[in-house]
Amino acid sequence: MELFVDAAGVAAPGLHGWEQAAPVLCGARAWTELAEPPYAPQLLPPNERRRAPPGVRQAFRAAEDAWSRSRLDLAQVAAVFATSDADLAVMDRIAGALCRPVRNVSPTDFHNSVHNAASGYWSIATGCRRPATTVCGYDGTLAMGLLEAAGLALADGMDVLLVAFDVPPPVALQAARPREIAASLALLLSAQHAPGRPRLRLGMTAQPESRLAAPALERLRTANPALRGLPLLAALAGGGGQSIVLPYLDGRGLQVDVHPA
Amino acid sequence: MKPLAISQFTVTTACGGGKAALLDALRNGTSGLRRSGFDGSALDCWIGKIDALESPAAALPAAEAAWECRANRLVAAALREDGFSDAVAALRERLGAERIGVFVGTSAAGLHRAELAYRQGAAAPGGVPAPFDYEHTQNMNSCAAFVRRRLGLHGCAATVSAACASSAKAFAAAARAIRMGLCDAAVVGGVDALCLTTLYGFNALQLISVDICRPADARRNGISIGEACGFAILLPQGPPGAPVLLGYGESGDAHHMSAPEPDGRGAREAMRAALHSAALAPAAVDYINLHGTGTAANDLAEDRAVCAVFGSATACSSTKGWTGHTLGAAGMVEAAVSLLCIEHGIVPRSLNTRERDPQLHAAVQLQTRSAPVACVLSNSFGFGGNNCSLLFGAAQ
Repeated sequence: MELFVDAAGVAAPGLHGWEQAAPVLCGARAWTELAEPPYAPQLLPPNERRRAPPGVRQAFRAAEDAWSRSRLDLAQVAAVFATSDADLAVMDRIAGALCRPVRNVSPTDFHNSVHNAASGYWSIATGCRRPATTVCGYDGTLAMGLLEAAGLALADGMDVLLVAFDVPPPVALQAARPREIAASLALLLSAQHAPGRPRLRLGMTAQPESRLAAPALERLRTANPALRGLPLLAALAGGGGQSIVLPYLDGRGLQVDVHPA
Repeated sequence: MKPLAISQFTVTTACGGGKAALLDALRNGTSGLRRSGFDGSALDCWIGKIDALESPAAALPAAEAAWECRANRLVAAALREDGFSDAVAALRERLGAERIGVFVGTSAAGLHRAELAYRQGAAAPGGVPAPFDYEHTQNMNSCAAFVRRRLGLHGCAATVSAACASSAKAFAAAARAIRMGLCDAAVVGGVDALCLTTLYGFNALQLISVDICRPADARRNGISIGEACGFAILLPQGPPGAPVLLGYGESGDAHHMSAPEPDGRGAREAMRAALHSAALAPAAVDYINLHGTGTAANDLAEDRAVCAVFGSATACSSTKGWTGHTLGAAGMVEAAVSLLCIEHGIVPRSLNTRERDPQLHAAVQLQTRSAPVACVLSNSFGFGGNNCSLLFGAAQ
């Protein structure tokens, strides 16, 4: 299973877009906790921008970052959204409403509560009618998403946008699913070779997951399911020639050999 | 694509456990829907509830206490039917546990478990939800992980959560995984158990019918929600006589989060993509199992899409009058219906449809009849504008 990377994007603490993050990820510059730049999803029409919950906005952040350096026509690109928990703040409001004597669920909350909300907003924003899938694999969500994207690219011959994202849960669910940081990561992938595109080779493995040498980055890696993909981004930032393992299921990993462009 | 064999399948709905129960219901015209509440809900509506899930006998064993929730109870019940678990065990012996993938579609997983934790918490000082095991219940991946555990499978896996298109899309994901060599066979499934979020959520969108759901009816007024779970084994080479997955097609509406594109453009693209992947002309399809939820807008948009692709002569019906709308499980339930129609030569009617909406032009069936059925198209469309059409065929 081999596919090519057209562009990458990232949005996480101290990693504000690929241009700024790449030197940090390949060790040329130290990670520092920079103030987060202000952000509003560029591609969303105003109505949807107002309604989009935090997880959806976080997904758009990395997706728009990857897209900004790609020449692919977004309306022709299939999409895989990979999120363990989607927008738990929306679910929290609904679950709270269900506990009150009169159970008034907000219609907007309900349509935002579906796990595939980000894919819906993305399709509206880009006018893309290509297949869009949303997967969940708990802490192995990123690897699961990468394999689903590989399927769309290799079996169905489509260019694919993979977006992994997760945001902190509301206070009421911090005990059930602890997380403090919001993060997202995006890869534009293709079965077609083109100049400047690094090649990925995928396969399941029993090898342990890769860790990052810099303690600050390693902390980020385990702090959000999307950032389990940081070793892959680091290998891409370093120009390839590395093999890394992403956590997948039950201690099994997904090995990704990253070959230079 | 090269057709993939379906060597075994099973389905559990409000019509009963196992495929024989659903087949009987289809033949006899007996609906699984009842006017009933669920978990204290005060909504006046019909639901497709599986009462056995509330019996103490349905509880998961102590060793699986972490997984305890209505959805995983439903998974456990469904896996017991039709010798499905035994069939997977035999396949595991032959191919190895590492080479069989698991692809499950769900829109809610064990969300009901979280609702109970919130309720318990709201009644206590502090008001925070009572402790519960998020990973093994509410997290969308919980049911797929539970299936792998129950079936002893260690291959690839994916939970697809794309609202009401979830388990139809699980078939597409499984087919891709087999075609790219990620696994040699796949257990595909769909599950959604009743919960208050979906009942009150659809009610907030004014999409729940007070009357029993009446797809394609002139007076249709919304959906009836049901719960269901089913599974199928997909593999490149099946036993002689096994039906096949001929193709799949997926698309996005790019229109609205919770309303269909009025002309059904996205739905049209999904159906055309399915025909294209199977290299079939529309005339090859004998019967269309509609998404047919019974809301005014959904049925109208789907009708326009069906007529644009097939004309108005191909027999079609929605079977949600039997099972209710089983949301993330709908694709799997209706895959099972499609396979039963092929195996037993039946074209089911649109149950509860009394007067066909004159605005609809597709050949919605008002009588169940016997007829050879060699090829079925099954539609599943979800919030977020996710559409998926599957094509099933008789043994090649």
